[in-house]
Amino acid sequence: MEKFDKLSGIAAPLPIINVDTDMIIPKQFLKTIKRSGLGVNLFDEMRYDDDRNEIPGFVLNKPQYRDAQILVAGDNFGCGSSREHAPWAIKDFGISCVIAPSFADIFFNNCFKNGILPIALPQEQVDVLMKDAEKGANARIEIDLEAQTITSSDGEVFTFDVDPFKKHCLMNGLDDIGLTMEKAPSIDAFEAQAAQARPWV
Amino acid sequence: MSPKTLYDKIWDAHVAHEADDGTTLLYIDRHLVHEVTSPQAFEGLRMAGRTVRAPDKTIAVPDHNVPTTEGREKGIENEESRIQVEALDKNAKDFGIHYYPVSDVRQGIVHIVGPEQGWTLPGMTVVCGDSHTATHGAFGALAHGIGTSEVEHVLATQTLIQKKSKNMKVEITGKLAPGVTAKDITLSVIGATGTAGGTGYVIEYCGEAIRDLSMEGRMTVCNMAIEGGARAGLIAPDEKTFAYVKGRPHAPKGAQWEAAMDWWKTLYSDDDAQWDKVVTIKGEDIAPVVTWGTSPEDVLPITASVPAPDSFKGGKVDAAKRALDYMGLSAGTPLNEIAIDTVFIGSCTNGRIEDLRAAAEILKGKKIAVKRAMVVPGSGLVRAQAEEEGLADIFKEAGFEWRMAGCSMCLAMNPDQLSPGERCAATSNRNFEGRQGRGGRTHLMSPAMAAAAAVTGHLTDVRDMM
Repeated sequence: MEKFDKLSGIAAPLPIINVDTDMIIPKQFLKTIKRSGLGVNLFDEMRYDDDRNEIPGFVLNKPQYRDAQILVAGDNFGCGSSREHAPWAIKDFGISCVIAPSFADIFFNNCFKNGILPIALPQEQVDVLMKDAEKGANARIEIDLEAQTITSSDGEVFTFDVDPFKKHCLMNGLDDIGLTMEKAPSIDAFEAQAAQARPWV
Repeated sequence: MSPKTLYDKIWDAHVAHEADDGTTLLYIDRHLVHEVTSPQAFEGLRMAGRTVRAPDKTIAVPDHNVPTTEGREKGIENEESRIQVEALDKNAKDFGIHYYPVSDVRQGIVHIVGPEQGWTLPGMTVVCGDSHTATHGAFGALAHGIGTSEVEHVLATQTLIQKKSKNMKVEITGKLAPGVTAKDITLSVIGATGTAGGTGYVIEYCGEAIRDLSMEGRMTVCNMAIEGGARAGLIAPDEKTFAYVKGRPHAPKGAQWEAAMDWWKTLYSDDDAQWDKVVTIKGEDIAPVVTWGTSPEDVLPITASVPAPDSFKGGKVDAAKRALDYMGLSAGTPLNEIAIDTVFIGSCTNGRIEDLRAAAEILKGKKIAVKRAMVVPGSGLVRAQAEEEGLADIFKEAGFEWRMAGCSMCLAMNPDQLSPGERCAATSNRNFEGRQGRGGRTHLMSPAMAAAAAVTGHLTDVRDMM
């Protein structure tokens, strides 16, 4: 997995609450058996009309946001299905950080498996960054995962929380499975004990 | 011993490793797999030279992509869907996991097949690369959806890296009024708490109205825990649970059954257990409900009218405006005047035999007044039973299409889709923009309410037809 430590980039504003995973990547793109190539279909139904022409008003179609690396969004981002295609599409587009007042649980976990940092901040701080993002390509937001800080284009600094284990994995690009396999003796022991206690499982 | 919730008890019985910061390797008893969220996980195993650690605890069935028309076992026309289903065929064979292919009468929606075959048992941990895994919580199993990376993690290690959620109690007191169902309970809870109200929690549903529900009704309630943002929904097992499980193909038998029962009977929240959040709703206050917008929290009794966006606060004002625009509705319109084009009865929320019975009860001797209506049984066995009970004839005589099992129009990955602007009364679980097809407009409701809408051609209070 790609490492995440610092990021300085353009932030795209998406001031919509309850952005669901069907919006992020509609079902017709879930038929792939690969993880790559979904960026072009990120927010597909908001981004293209029926004839596959770009809808100019949608934020990621605007010239100043085509290279956005950060997304600032409304409450409960990523609700709905468990499809990891949602973070795959976000990452493939080039976005590595999503900032919102809150995230849906499964989407939040899926982000960390794909080198994306989801940051939950109080609504009033998200409002400040949303305004910042609306300034376009000249306003770059800086994220420092080590220090757990976000710096707005005006130099205002916000701190954020992140689970220490998830932070460690993200900063070092660690593969969860490899880490868990190092604990195989614990799993073996548990399995042996559970086979005695609950043999019907 | 300190008092525990049901969630605490199941969690404690599955901790394979706990780090100092509370990061836990939770052992997984059942891993359910379908064709859409698993190919990349199996590919990951192959690339790393890993195997499936516990193939006996891994069960696969194709459901999301499969056509629901007869003759489908001869091959799927859509190339991408076919490739995905064929990939699952191959992965199941290569890795030696339990498998119900399209040609098997037991095939169906993964969350209907699991309980039906007795794979889902009280006190288990159950995961699947699908958010509606919450369904299995109805058995007092800790069950939740995971992403594809986690699918790969469970395949390789039979564990999941987890931090414990908080405990939330949702109590539905008293009795439900006639015409009010499990679907109305679960939608009303989401209406009360919002789609993010459960974020960070595992919900335990309790109270007289929950106890009174059948196992199938309880599955409907838990199924939509995820729509309320919760990691999982749980209902403590009781005699109904044990009676449902007993005798199923993969349920324990003989001495093992007795041993299992001894443990299962301890699976309830202690009287003095601590809750981080409590929500109480009177069963008598719940009415048959429908959704009007594009989020499951946009729910109102059928007797209400489309709300004005300005009646909301914060980001919800814009969200409601956007929803009414998408849904083609204006504020103040009585919900029971909204005309319907299509009716969809099925899904992991409401595709079980009791759901079909409830809909057939309303449809008996009547004809549909909508452009099209379809019933998609949740599994081949549900379909066979419905045919045996004469329900299929009632549906067909009313003008419904009688389909093969699958997820179908709940998420429209197969050919069953809405056209732009087409308005659907659906028994499924999500009314998101484009969920049932680009531009399609979804109103969620119970099977009886969907059947009532099919007969009248508009959203209808089923109580007027009883």
